[in-house]
Amino acid sequence: MGRYIARRLLLTIPVLIGASFLIFALVYALPGDPIRALGGDRPLAPAVVAELRDEFNLDDPLPVQYVKYLGDLVQGDFGTDFRGREVIDTIEQRLPVTIRLTIVAIAIETVIGIIAGLLAGIRRNGFLDNLVLVSSTIVVAIPILVLAFVAQYVLGVKAGWFPIAGITEGWYSYLLPGLVLASGSLAYVARLTRTSVAENLRADYVRTARAKGLPNRTVITRHTLRNSLIPVVTFIGADIGTLMGGAIVTETVFNLPGIGRAVFDSVQAQEGAVVVGIVTLMVFFFIFFNLVVDVLYAVLDPRIRYD
Amino acid sequence: MKLSKRRSALVATGLSAALLLTACGGGDDSESGSGGGGGEGGTFSIYIGEPENPLIPSNTTESEGHQVISSLWTGLVQYAADGAVEYTGVAESIESEDNTTWTVTLKDGWTFHDGTPVNAQSFVNAWNWGAYSPNAQGASYFFSNIQGYDELQAPTDADGNPTGEPAATEMSGLQVVDDQTFTVTLASPFAQFPVTVGYNAFYPLPESFFEDPEAFGTRPVGNGPFQASEDFVPGQGFTVTRYDDYAGEEAAKAEEVEFRVYADLNTGLNDVEAGNLDVLPDMPPDALAGAEDTFGDRFIEAPSSGFTYMAFPTYDPRYSDKRVRQALSMAVDRQAISDAIFSGSRTAADDAIAPVVDGYREGACEYCALDVDRANQLLDEAGFDRSQPIELWFNAGAGHDAWVEAVGNQLRENLGIEYTLRGDLDFSEYLPLQDEKGMTGPFRLGWSMDYPSPQNYLEPLYSTAALPPAGSNASFYSNPEFDSLVQQGNGASDNEQAIELYQQADDILLEDMPIMPMFFDLEQALRSENVSDVVIDVFGDIDVAAVTVNS
Repeated sequence: MGRYIARRLLLTIPVLIGASFLIFALVYALPGDPIRALGGDRPLAPAVVAELRDEFNLDDPLPVQYVKYLGDLVQGDFGTDFRGREVIDTIEQRLPVTIRLTIVAIAIETVIGIIAGLLAGIRRNGFLDNLVLVSSTIVVAIPILVLAFVAQYVLGVKAGWFPIAGITEGWYSYLLPGLVLASGSLAYVARLTRTSVAENLRADYVRTARAKGLPNRTVITRHTLRNSLIPVVTFIGADIGTLMGGAIVTETVFNLPGIGRAVFDSVQAQEGAVVVGIVTLMVFFFIFFNLVVDVLYAVLDPRIRYD
Repeated sequence: MKLSKRRSALVATGLSAALLLTACGGGDDSESGSGGGGGEGGTFSIYIGEPENPLIPSNTTESEGHQVISSLWTGLVQYAADGAVEYTGVAESIESEDNTTWTVTLKDGWTFHDGTPVNAQSFVNAWNWGAYSPNAQGASYFFSNIQGYDELQAPTDADGNPTGEPAATEMSGLQVVDDQTFTVTLASPFAQFPVTVGYNAFYPLPESFFEDPEAFGTRPVGNGPFQASEDFVPGQGFTVTRYDDYAGEEAAKAEEVEFRVYADLNTGLNDVEAGNLDVLPDMPPDALAGAEDTFGDRFIEAPSSGFTYMAFPTYDPRYSDKRVRQALSMAVDRQAISDAIFSGSRTAADDAIAPVVDGYREGACEYCALDVDRANQLLDEAGFDRSQPIELWFNAGAGHDAWVEAVGNQLRENLGIEYTLRGDLDFSEYLPLQDEKGMTGPFRLGWSMDYPSPQNYLEPLYSTAALPPAGSNASFYSNPEFDSLVQQGNGASDNEQAIELYQQADDILLEDMPIMPMFFDLEQALRSENVSDVVIDVFGDIDVAAVTVNS
C-alpha cells in the first residue's frame, strides 16, 4: 500500500508539469493585448507599457516565458499579477474560503444523499423512492444560477433565515451557498446509492446473510451499504476535486471570495501567472482526491488489493 | 479616463430567468423605521467592485479604486456639484501669470493619517514617483504636461523594450519653494491647470509611502476624512474610520465606513433589500425600470460625466466624407433607444461635452437630432453605397449588444442600409484593433472625465497629439483648426475665454463629426433606511464623508 501511494504521488509530478505548460500555453494563445486593456479607453503612457511588458516577459516567445516562470516557481516564487499583487497571497487568501465551501457542500451531499438513496433503495417504488426520484430530477434540471438566485431571494431576502452575501458570519455564511452548490450532486449521490443498494439487496451474499439469521439492520448497514458505496465514493471523490477548483457561479452570487472567482477574473485579464498558479493547484487537488478515493476502495472492499 | 468596472458579464445572461421567478416579490418597504434624526457617528456599509490595484493614487485609473481612494484623500482642490473648482482642499491658491508657471500655495494644518504634515514635498515627491516610468503607474500620463516628464521615461528600443534607466528621477518643472509653496512649470500653457489637480493622480503621499509602497497599497495613508484602520483584503474589503484631525471643511459624519467588495450588483441589491448593506452606488440595469416607484426616495439618480459615443473610422474611405458621418448620426433616434433599452437612464447626447461640465451647450450638436429626410439627402449627395451593410463594432461582454443593435435597426429603417454586428472581441483585442486602424465601421467608445473641464472631452479624444498609440483619438481625426483652437483655449487668459475657445473647437468637431455622440449617462444609487444624505458627486462616486447614519 505504501509503495502504491508513493508511486502515485511521484506520478503527479510529470502530470503537474504537463498541465501547467498546457494552461500556460492556453493563456498565451488568448488573443488580445492584456496590457492595452489595463488602461481602458485611455492608453497607458508608452514607457509604462514598455516597463510592464518587460516585467512580465510578454514579448518573449512561449517556451522562454514558460521556462522563466518555472525558474521562479522552483525558487518558490509564484509571480505577481499585473498590478503587483503576489499570486501566493491571492491563493492564501482565497483557498480557505473555497475549502470551507467544499466541506459544507460535500457534507450536505454525502449525508443527505446517502440517507435518501438508502431509504429509497430499500423500499423500491415506495413513496420515498418516488419522492427522491422526482425531487432529484427537478433539482438536476434547474441551472445552478437560477437556483442560487431563487434561494438567495426567498430564503435570504424574504425569509431572512440566511445571510445573503459575504463570509462575515463564519460557517453559517457557507450554509446556503453550500446547499445550493450541493443540490445537483446530492441528487446524483441519492440516485447512485439507490440503484446500487437496490441491486445489492438482491445479491447472493445478502441472501446468505439473511439465511444466517442476521438482523435486518446489520444486513443493510454492514453488508449492503458498504458494498454499495464504492460507486458513490468515486463520485464524491471526483466531486471534491471539482469543487476545490472553485464554484464560480455560487461564489459570485453569494459573494464568497474563493478561488473560482480569482481564476475567472484572471482569465479575463489574461494574467498567465495567476491562472497557471491556481489551476495547477486545482489539478493537484484533483489528483490527490482521486488517490484518496482509490485508497478508500480497499477499505470498503477488502477484495481490492494494491500490492 | 476611469475604466468602469461595474458590469456583471458573468451573471447577466442567466439572470433574467431567476428574476422572472422572483419578480413577484416586489419591493416591500415595511422594514424598521428610520427613527431619530441623523446625528454624527455610527457605521454604514457601501458596495464596491474589486479595485484592480493596490490602493495607490497614481495607479488608480478605474472607478472602484477611485471610490475608496477619494474617501481617504483630499486633493489640492475639490469640485462643487456643478463641477466648479473650490479651494476647500489643501491648496490655498494656485496662481499663474502666464498659464505656464503655476505657484501652488498650501494651507497650514493639514496632516496625513500618520500625523506627519502635508507639505510641498509631499506633492512634489508623489508626482515625481508617479511619473517615473519604472514605477509603471497607470495614471502617469497625467504628469506628461509637466516640464521634464520625458526625462523620467525609460528609453526603449525599436521593439518597445526598455533599454535603461530614465535620465532623471525628478521633473525639472517641479520646484519646492518652501514648506507651503511649490511651483509647477508646464511644457505648454494650460489655463485650466487648477481644474485638473483635484484628480486622484495628483494626491500627496507621506514619507512612509516611499519606504514601502507595497504595504502602503494595502493600507494607504492619506489626508482625507477617513483613515484606513486595517489592511484592505482583496475580495472582501476593509473598514475605514473617521480621521479626527482632518483639516478640511467637510469632516466625515459617520464614525466608520465598511467598504464591502462584491462580485455582482444583483447580490448587492439583494443585500440592501435584506437590510445588510446601506449604500449601493450603482443599480443593475434590470432593476432600473420602475426603481423610483419601488424604492421611493431611497433611489438616487444624478447626471454623471459618462459619455457614450460611436466613433467613425475616418481612415476608411467609406466614412471619410463628413456628409456620410453627419447623415448616419442624424438617422438615429437616441431618445427612443434610451427609453427602450436603458429605461430612460441615459440622456440623448446633444453635445460632445457632458452636461456636468461648465461649457456644455444644449443642442450644440446639430446632427444629433433625428432628421431622416436630410440624412437621406446627405447620403445621396455623398454618393454612399447603400448596398453594402454597415458594420457596427462594440466590445464583447459589457452589455452593449442591445443598444448597438437598436442603432443598426434604425439605420436600416431610416436609411435602408443593412447592418452587421461585430461584437465578439474582448477589450484586450478591441482596443489594439482600433489603435491599428482595424475598424471597418462605426465603433462604440465611452469616456468619463478625469476633471471637470471641456478640455478633457476634447483634447484627449480628437486632437492630433492624441493619435494612437499614445492617445485615445481612435477615429484618427486630425484637423489643424480644431487643434489650434484647443491650444488657444489652453493658453487663454481666464476661464471664460478658455471655455469660449473650447466651444469653438467643439463646433468644428460637431461639423466634422468624427464621432456620433450617443448618450450622456446618469448615475444611480440606492440607500437603505439606515442612512441618509447619500449624494453622488460629479465623478459618479458617493460622497462618503457626507453620509449620515440614522440612529
